[in-house]
Amino acid sequence: MTVKQKPVVVLDSVSKVYAAGIRALDDVSITIEAGELVGIVGPSGSGKSTMLNVLGTLDRPTSGKVFVNGHHVGELTDRQLSALRARTIGFVFQQFHLAPGVSALDNVADGQLYAGVTRAVRLRNAERALIRVGLGHRIGHRPHELSGGERQRVAIARAILGDPMLLLADEPTGNLDTTAGESVVALLRELHTSGTAVVVITHDHEIADSLPRQVHMRDGRMISEAAIVAAVGRGSQEVSS
Amino acid sequence: MNADRRPGGRELTPARMNLGDLIRVGSAGLRSRPTRILLSALGIAVGIAAMISVIGISSSSREDFNQQIAALGTNLLTVSPGQDLFGEEAHLPETAESMIDRIGPVESATSVGILSDTMVYRNDHVPEEKSGSIAVMRAQTGLLDTIGGTVAAGSFLTEAMQDFPAVVLGATAADRLGVGSVGPEQQVYLGEQWFTVIGILDPVPLAPEIDTAALVGWPVATDILDFDGHATTIYTRTDPDAVEAVQDVLGPTANPEAPHEVDVSRPSDALAAQHAADDTLSALLLGLGSVALLVGGIGVANTMVISVLERRGEIGLRRSLGATRGNIRNQFLAEALFLSTLGGAGGLVLGVGVTTLYSTIQGWPTLVPAWAIASGIGATLIIGALAGLYPAVRASRLAPTEALAVP
Repeated sequence: MTVKQKPVVVLDSVSKVYAAGIRALDDVSITIEAGELVGIVGPSGSGKSTMLNVLGTLDRPTSGKVFVNGHHVGELTDRQLSALRARTIGFVFQQFHLAPGVSALDNVADGQLYAGVTRAVRLRNAERALIRVGLGHRIGHRPHELSGGERQRVAIARAILGDPMLLLADEPTGNLDTTAGESVVALLRELHTSGTAVVVITHDHEIADSLPRQVHMRDGRMISEAAIVAAVGRGSQEVSS
Repeated sequence: MNADRRPGGRELTPARMNLGDLIRVGSAGLRSRPTRILLSALGIAVGIAAMISVIGISSSSREDFNQQIAALGTNLLTVSPGQDLFGEEAHLPETAESMIDRIGPVESATSVGILSDTMVYRNDHVPEEKSGSIAVMRAQTGLLDTIGGTVAAGSFLTEAMQDFPAVVLGATAADRLGVGSVGPEQQVYLGEQWFTVIGILDPVPLAPEIDTAALVGWPVATDILDFDGHATTIYTRTDPDAVEAVQDVLGPTANPEAPHEVDVSRPSDALAAQHAADDTLSALLLGLGSVALLVGGIGVANTMVISVLERRGEIGLRRSLGATRGNIRNQFLAEALFLSTLGGAGGLVLGVGVTTLYSTIQGWPTLVPAWAIASGIGATLIIGALAGLYPAVRASRLAPTEALAVP
């Protein structure tokens, strides 16, 4: 990180109001720099999942601006957002979302299905990604033959297949026991040191506390933010509203 | 380094999915639910099989008929008296047969004459009115060759035999008279005389009137039975290439003075028209087959709608991986097409199998027309596309967050 890069994601006073009048996000502003590791923490219903959807361009805000890698999301079409997700953003979900009956290799290879990469290259990349997440010996196994922690690592391998600038993990340890959860967090930390910005959404304060920067949410608002200045190279800011 | 990141650059242009990937993605959904897929493909298969076998069986039957007709020959023409200007029954002139015989392309001509006042009975005890609608006809020795008839038992009238009171019975006539064998002891009571049955004919498809006839020789008819000399039908075989031309001149040739009093017909045409009447039943069965196909299509649509509902999580994941709405729509369309194609292929095999089985049992040649197979495939693809379109569009319209919200 010798060159000062532009931020990966910028939310500029973003609000999301659902039809029933529920404010899932209320005037949230946050900047996530390239290569950062951020934990977004809060109880269920605090708006952190909406936050992830907005960060990942899966949902559009009711008001405010979202910039992903410099692109103003509000001005992009659905097709353009799809392309952006295909090349720039990786997702990891609590439920893994692996295709049953399909080998780990093929599951991971689907990570670049929509990125215009030939199948041969996808499979080669998938093998490399599986080795990178420590599953080189599980390449041909199908999801039901893997432990929960292994499944989540397969999902992470799929998410990082195209070397995205941003990795969004929604409760990645939610369905895992403590040991498996720790190994997944360790893996995410490792990815962050190799240059990917990683955002972990969690309700687990223990996990959040182990991350260099934490954003606390409640009722759709950011109630506090703590950052380890040295790790980010950017002034920390206290947000309260 | 930001130069290539301008809006609309590579980063914002969705990649085109190649056909191989589309096929792989579309068929993956089928492989994961084999039972349901087989059952809904079966619906299409039954519809296609029904249509193919109806078309196949009716065209096999037609092919068989055509082969029979070809064997009988389509070059037989019959000439018979029509009605005169006053609606009275006309007569063919006595010269008609010899005139017709002189037409160049005519290969043979032979006449029969009905002895309208003469009846035939099993024996002399049968009441007069119970004649069994059997016509007594005067025939010439060449009749069988011209009309393509064959003898089931005994022999036909010969030059030597025709002076004696001998009779040859048509197939139906023999049946009605209860005559099952031939020989000197086999007598029938004809024109108040005893005649010996010397032959029984097989049915004659091109001249069914012969089936209900009792045929006697020319001299016998004139000498014993008082025949008036007018031919009632003249059978004519012509050069197969000149049938139409001969047909046109037969009337004027037979009766130059009153050509309109002559009826000329081509028995093979009449048979074909009779055969065509069976098409109504085929059309009805075809209609039933298409209803089955429609129901099969609805089954596919139903399966796809359920599939989309169940796989919202997968749809959400794919959107998060960067699938466009078009990618999702194409995936489910491809899946519906594969599903119906699977059914269609099974239906084709089944339909051809049923056709082969049925026509083999019937002793027909098996013929499934290429157009039937082509339209079977076409119907399959159209049904797949129609059945898949609505579920596919629904899948593509699903918002990614909504799809991912499924537990």
